[in-house]
Amino acid sequence: MSGAGTRMELLTFRLEAALYAIDIMAVREVRGYAPPTPLPQAPPSLKGVINLRGRVLPVIDLGVTLGPARPDAGDRRVIIVVQLGESLAGLLVDRVLDILHLPAEALQEPPELAPEGAAPLIRGLILEEEQVIRLLDLERCLEPARRGAA
Amino acid sequence: MSLAVLAVDDSRTMRDLIRAALTPAGFAVRTAEDGAAALDHLADPRPDVVLTDLNMPRLDGFGLIAELRRREALRGLPILVLTTESAPALKDCARRAGATGWIVKPFEPGQLVAALRRVAC
Amino acid sequence: MAAPDPMAEMRAAFFVECDEPLEGLQAGLDRLATGEAGAAGVHGLFRAVHSIKGGAGAFGLSGLVAFAHQFEGLLAALRGGQIALSPGLLALLFRAADHLADLVSLSRRGEALPEERTAALLAEMAPLAAAETEPAGPDFAPLPMALDLPPGAAPRRWQITFRPRAALFAHGHEPAALLRALAELGTLEARCCLEDLPPLAELAPEEPHLSWEITLEGPATEAEVAAPFDFVEDLCTLVIRPLAAELPEAQSQAPPPPAPAEVPTLVRVDLDRVERLMNLVGELVINQAMLGQSLARLPLSPHGDTMKGLEEFQRLTRDIQDSVMMIRAQPIRPLFQRMARTLREACAALGKEARLETRGEMTEVDRTVIDRLAEPLTHMVRNALDHGIEPPEDRRAAGKPAQGRITLSAAHRAGRVVIEVSDDGAGIDRAAVLARARAAGLVPPGATPGPAEIERLLFLPGFSTAEALSDLSGRGVGMDVVASAIGSLGGRLSLSSTPGQGTIIRLSLPLTLAVMEGMVVEVAGETLVLPLTQVSESLALAPSDLAELVPGRALVRRQGSLLPLADLGALLGYRAPLAAGGGGVALLTGGEDQPRRALLVDRILDQRQVVIKGLDESFARAPGVAAATILGDGSIALILDPGDLPPAPGPGPAPARPPAEVCPA
Repeated sequence: MSGAGTRMELLTFRLEAALYAIDIMAVREVRGYAPPTPLPQAPPSLKGVINLRGRVLPVIDLGVTLGPARPDAGDRRVIIVVQLGESLAGLLVDRVLDILHLPAEALQEPPELAPEGAAPLIRGLILEEEQVIRLLDLERCLEPARRGAA
Repeated sequence: MSLAVLAVDDSRTMRDLIRAALTPAGFAVRTAEDGAAALDHLADPRPDVVLTDLNMPRLDGFGLIAELRRREALRGLPILVLTTESAPALKDCARRAGATGWIVKPFEPGQLVAALRRVAC
Repeated sequence: MAAPDPMAEMRAAFFVECDEPLEGLQAGLDRLATGEAGAAGVHGLFRAVHSIKGGAGAFGLSGLVAFAHQFEGLLAALRGGQIALSPGLLALLFRAADHLADLVSLSRRGEALPEERTAALLAEMAPLAAAETEPAGPDFAPLPMALDLPPGAAPRRWQITFRPRAALFAHGHEPAALLRALAELGTLEARCCLEDLPPLAELAPEEPHLSWEITLEGPATEAEVAAPFDFVEDLCTLVIRPLAAELPEAQSQAPPPPAPAEVPTLVRVDLDRVERLMNLVGELVINQAMLGQSLARLPLSPHGDTMKGLEEFQRLTRDIQDSVMMIRAQPIRPLFQRMARTLREACAALGKEARLETRGEMTEVDRTVIDRLAEPLTHMVRNALDHGIEPPEDRRAAGKPAQGRITLSAAHRAGRVVIEVSDDGAGIDRAAVLARARAAGLVPPGATPGPAEIERLLFLPGFSTAEALSDLSGRGVGMDVVASAIGSLGGRLSLSSTPGQGTIIRLSLPLTLAVMEGMVVEVAGETLVLPLTQVSESLALAPSDLAELVPGRALVRRQGSLLPLADLGALLGYRAPLAAGGGGVALLTGGEDQPRRALLVDRILDQRQVVIKGLDESFARAPGVAAATILGDGSIALILDPGDLPPAPGPGPAPARPPAEVCPA
């Protein structure tokens, strides 16, 4: 995170009906959709791999991770390439929106009413121009695609 | 005309250091990794001075000096020993085997150049 | 001294150069331990330490020099017969060699040297080292250098008579040089005496007939005046007499200005650059494949210039690739030698005795493979000692020598590197393993696994035996960790054990991590690659080749034997198992350490070299999927490891995949 008590710089994007954000520091690039090559017996959120300039990039459908699994709507048009530690991964989303610069105080606690199972994945909420943006905990979001299920 | 030096030492680092010290001073440096290899470098052109270590595989410094002194064609060839050892008994051995001089490592490049100029002129 | 930059490079080169004598030291000590080394062997050890000392001195590494010097003295005493080789001395020599390696390592990184340990070892070595040990550190040449004369030194006058004999010239000495050396000590006047010169007709050119009378004025002492003649004292007649002093000017000559050092001729290659080169070569292969595909679509004559040019291009690319691969290949010996040290330390920690034997240590392996093998191999060696080798009393009771033997061997076999870790210990205690596996819930209640299956239990995650939390590694290092490390290298692990006799663990690794000959196939609309070295045959299937043992389990007839046929598409979960007799191609896989089986694919597309791209290890992966490659059209094909595929289609249903997602082959 960009440092508690300071400013946040976030990349926001749309996934199905909702708006989400992630820390810009984790984002390496944004590219258009390419059909991933599926990995056999992969967890549902791990859609497969794509060729990122000679590198094999795993692609994760956050729609599966975050909400009740919908059959692929085919709306996914964008892949956000993020870096966590040594690993790179692609996040499959609908559309990338703005970059927001906000003070840390703009982040609010996620309400208890958040859907089951999704709560730990969201670090907080941001109210921006009357829209609710969910700030994701990227590491937890990628967790299901790593060793194991879901 | 630059003086031709044959530097014999089984350490590549040492050979590089010697070359680095002598070449800017106008010496033409050839190297060999031990006494046996040195014997291949004696013709064409004949070195003006030989600089040799003592502890080397195959043919060591003493062996090299003795062999060089045996060769009539190499009469008068200055042979300097360049070594970390400094025991008087060893120096004596080298002298009697026919070494012209003895330099102790580690050396200052200026030292080495001066020593060589003294014997090979 | 020389300018800093070239010196830094030479210093770095020196450290690289130390690897060889350090290795030689280990190998020599091993031979000393087995009694194979004679006097020449000890001298070899001496020379190794001596050469490290020499280089270290040149770079001012005084701590290293001091330790090496004492070590050298110890070896000299052994060489000279002043001390005898005993087990205690041998152990000390090993410890000193290990410490020397540590000091070199620390000096290389510019870190501080461990004072206490060094002092302790020095103290141990001191009483044994040769009496004639010269004081360590730089000493200065008897060959006269220019003297910085102290101000106000009393001037003296000397009369020197010098008459060289023939031998003086034969030994390469030059009177002019000697006189010049004298001249540096003060004001010199020399007169050459020609009285003994015979007439020209009688002159023997090789005989000296000249002598010199020299007067020298300067602050030099008699010793200093005699010094230039040090090496010629018995090659000439030399008389030195003091005369009445006068008052000359003190003369001092500064040494010639230090010569600027030249850039060394050694080429040391940055590993990053080699990596980059390898990546570029990999890209070259891909691009060349893409070009090939594009050209193949054009109506070009296969014998025309363009296609010929492409063939030549492909050949050159292959050659470049081979050359670059070889840059990174290194003998595995240094890794094995590190294991020897690991074993020594482990023996000390556990109170057991074992020695390490090695075979095939000159087998060449890609450098990255060696780097990544270090940890798993360390664990295997420690485990072999910890769990395999019995305590000395037990061994003697079993009729074995008290000292255990752990053997590391490496060899190239069938396009792979095979490394074996074997011990002559007690073998795997299958009962204990089974009990622990049951306790950990890894074995369904009521199941009775056979011996081979019990051995495989060791590799399951979660198996780490509590006893494995030994003092050695602190944390339990189970074989599962080792197995996954090997797996991530594209390697395979297998194990066989005989109770009472020992255990052999066999690793099979790809020769290089970068490139592989692959068979490209199509299965269920997906393009996959199998390592060519693991495909022994391919058969186009006719219904007569098949037999059905049980509905759903087909067998393929091959040279009179029957092999189980598995639908690769089903094994990977792409589809439900195909009914037998539907056509397709069977690939026969397996060989030495893997069971032979037949895999059903839809068709074979190609056979070519592919660049291996690793799959991110942190993401879940199905068994049998080893890596990936990028095909000529930019799409990704998964690389399979047939040996890792499940024996039968998994229990889960094939995940639904809309055809729209399928990449064109």
